[in-house]
Amino acid sequence: MSRADLEVRGVSKSFQRSGRSIQALDNVSFSVSRGSVTGLLGPDGAGKTTLIRIAAGLLLPDAGGCSVLGLDAAAESLAVQSRIGYMPQRFGLYEDLSVQENLDLYADLQGVPKTLRPERFEDLSRMTGLGPFVKRLAGRLSGGMKQKLGLACALIKLPELLLLDEPTVGVDPLSRRELWEIVYNLVQERSLTVLLSTAYMDEAQRCEHAVVLYEGRLLGQGPPSEFVEAARNRTFEVQPSGPPRALQARLAGDPKVVDASITTGCVHFVTAKGVQPSALDLPVAAEPREPSFEDGFMILLHQARRAEGTHLEQGAIRRHPGQAGESIIKVRGLERRFGDFYAVQDLSFEVGRGEIFGLLGPNGAGKSTTFRMLCGLLPPTGGRLEVAGYDLRKAPSKARKRIGYMAQKFSQYGQLSVRENLRFFSSAYGLAGKERKDRLAWALNALNLETSADANAGQLPFGVKQRLALACALMHQPEILFLDEPTSGVDPLARRAFWRRITTLSEQGVTIIVTTHFMEEAEYCDRMLIMMRGRLLALGAPDEIRGDAASIEEAFIRLIESRREAA
Amino acid sequence: MKGGQRSDAGSAMRLRGLLRKEALQILRDPSAIVIALILPMALLLLFGYGVSLDAKDTPAALVVEVPSPTAMEFAGRFILSRYFTPVVTTSMEEAQDLMRHRRVEAIVRLREDFERKLKDNSTAPIQIIVNGVDANRARQVAGYAAGVWRTWLSLRGLEQGVSSHWPVTLEQRIWFNPEIRSQNYLVPGLLVVIMTLSGSLLTALVMAREWERGTMEALLVTPVRVREIIIGKLAPNYALGMAGLALAVGMAVFLFGVPLRGSLLALAGVSTLFLLTCLGMGLLISVLARNQFVAGQAAILATFLPAFFLSGFIFDLGSTPWLVQAVSKLIAAKYYASAVITLFLAGNVWSIIWPSSLALAVLAGFFLFVAVKKTKKRLE
Repeated sequence: MSRADLEVRGVSKSFQRSGRSIQALDNVSFSVSRGSVTGLLGPDGAGKTTLIRIAAGLLLPDAGGCSVLGLDAAAESLAVQSRIGYMPQRFGLYEDLSVQENLDLYADLQGVPKTLRPERFEDLSRMTGLGPFVKRLAGRLSGGMKQKLGLACALIKLPELLLLDEPTVGVDPLSRRELWEIVYNLVQERSLTVLLSTAYMDEAQRCEHAVVLYEGRLLGQGPPSEFVEAARNRTFEVQPSGPPRALQARLAGDPKVVDASITTGCVHFVTAKGVQPSALDLPVAAEPREPSFEDGFMILLHQARRAEGTHLEQGAIRRHPGQAGESIIKVRGLERRFGDFYAVQDLSFEVGRGEIFGLLGPNGAGKSTTFRMLCGLLPPTGGRLEVAGYDLRKAPSKARKRIGYMAQKFSQYGQLSVRENLRFFSSAYGLAGKERKDRLAWALNALNLETSADANAGQLPFGVKQRLALACALMHQPEILFLDEPTSGVDPLARRAFWRRITTLSEQGVTIIVTTHFMEEAEYCDRMLIMMRGRLLALGAPDEIRGDAASIEEAFIRLIESRREAA
Repeated sequence: MKGGQRSDAGSAMRLRGLLRKEALQILRDPSAIVIALILPMALLLLFGYGVSLDAKDTPAALVVEVPSPTAMEFAGRFILSRYFTPVVTTSMEEAQDLMRHRRVEAIVRLREDFERKLKDNSTAPIQIIVNGVDANRARQVAGYAAGVWRTWLSLRGLEQGVSSHWPVTLEQRIWFNPEIRSQNYLVPGLLVVIMTLSGSLLTALVMAREWERGTMEALLVTPVRVREIIIGKLAPNYALGMAGLALAVGMAVFLFGVPLRGSLLALAGVSTLFLLTCLGMGLLISVLARNQFVAGQAAILATFLPAFFLSGFIFDLGSTPWLVQAVSKLIAAKYYASAVITLFLAGNVWSIIWPSSLALAVLAGFFLFVAVKKTKKRLE
């Protein structure tokens, strides 16, 4: 057994937030051996960032301790800090400094001798592909390039231990893959030790050792294969004749099922211990399938907490008239220019009533710009845009009454209670009197907000905040619901619950437009649009997009790579 | 110690890196330049030209009830005065009306018996009525009007070869600001405000920006020491602050013609002490406020406003209640203001400059010490 480079022993840590004490870590112990890649997994608020910060000497634990390379992280933090590399969630780059200037600064701070620098820089730019951009300001880099520069800065001295805090959040799949390649090359060539936190389950499988945290507690640790084995003989897949969403929703609500999701047109599910698929009354016979890390993770998480109620009461949303399949959004030759830069160019598509329509693309593809134009937040500079029968360039406010919008960032009032927020947003949409009262009662009930109705919105856990945001967007019973990255930073369990709600809404005739980074979520869409550099790259149902690729993600990467080669 | 020398070399390298970074940021992000150089210029121009506490060209009604030659002679004198722009009328009602509508601030009335009273040498041949809403200004206007009257009397005496009828001749001497230009006083006082801005606002905002953009977190996990971070922030902002000072002094002397009677070196010395105090306060604010908006508000509330109101430069502290005076003793701006105004208008009066410098040195030491103690290499 090789020596441990990081040893976490019984670490506890709590924070005071507006008078309440929050236990971020509760007696967590594990170790990371030299030359290995350890993944720290867990949903939002599990304590991953706190743990990494304690290891970096940025926070002091309340109890227990952390030894890094044989040094105590709390008492000898300076010595620790000269031997580790650390990349915070937001990369820690100076955006008004160029790539080279950022590298120079961190080289100075880490005390890299001048004579060694040319070689180091050469090495890093070869690894990260930053070579052609050394003169560019860091703020002008794409998300993926920023992440690579952040990594290069953390690696400037070639540390013995590398700490990465959610390095792949908010970065497109291609950039994620490239980052992993860099990390693995380093581990192999220089026997670097790496601890990284991530919310992506497929990345856990790339680690040699996985540590699962949940609400500050250690749920389990070991090689990913152990997690996979725990799910053996409990994982199945079924391919229904119709769209898989309905079956998936039914299974997810079944207490005999731990988890159900959609992958490549099939419903994947994990049964509760001792349950055979025959007990589930399936329309088509289920086939056993190879378990994945995520299955094991879901079993662990399922034991740790009960899934929140996910139903949206049927009929609580006004059934919208109009024919299913009629186009509710029509876009022709849409264009948006900023100066001489085309953020969106020559984009045409239609969205049918009741569809779940996904908007996908790498960072900087023009997704957000398109999205903002569709909701009437940003005027287009060219083309036609019709939403719910209104020309957005002529009657944006009329169109806006028919749409609901859920922003990526929490945009409710943190100082107001849940009830007050709901009341405010319903009056903002012109609801009053009995109608408003009814909708308020509906929202509290349908989105499980009753228990927290009088709590300040700002202090709610992430998942509840998200339900509140959805409730606010639904108060006026919109025909179209816009969701901007609704699930980034949400753990898999809450993400599934969220999609069940969205599915119910679409069954009731609400059209849903959603942007997402999670490729697996694209499977929940009826159709999707993939963008790149402001233009349409692909448009179609998941099956059509997937083609002969193994997954949407694979197809997506192939599409983008072929386009990059062509360019 | 074996590692001693190496760690010194490392420290120098880190410090150089930080300083280069700050310099580049200042050059690329215009907001620092705006706060340190453009804002002082705008304030100086605004106060230098826009705000004047002098009563110049005051609108006044001149009521000449009987336009006798002597009365008209006085009226002529009054019209010529640069302190007044008179409206000449023959009716007191009209003058009162003008006063009520705020068209004039004063009424100077020559009664019908003006000529007779002047000859009789009896008292008060003219009547002066001033709008007393702003008491200070009223006194000033009344004083100017009386001045015009006295000047006219003495000139008349000279012309006619008769001595003026005044038993005592009052000869005013105004020290340090013989022309009674409020600019002479305001412009040096403004330096206080400018230095406060460059000092506290700049450091507070720049530190808060590092927290806000998440760069502080990455910085703290490098082997950098707290003192290096602090020196890295102090030095460039000190340079910016002194540049702002040089600009302001240049404008004061060459644009506004304010005399600089003391030594430039003493001015730079006192300014350095004051700037260090402000930089220390700014750093302290940034320990508590980690976003730019809060840091900006805190800096304005805690340093800029006290500098404005309690330094004695706009409002004379001598006439304030004891509590305000006691509080003002803790305000660094008060000591700086008295030293700067002395250096400009009176010269090297060491009996004022030394005690002020001592007080500033104590305050600078205190704030910097607390700022270094409070800045931690941790996130909480």
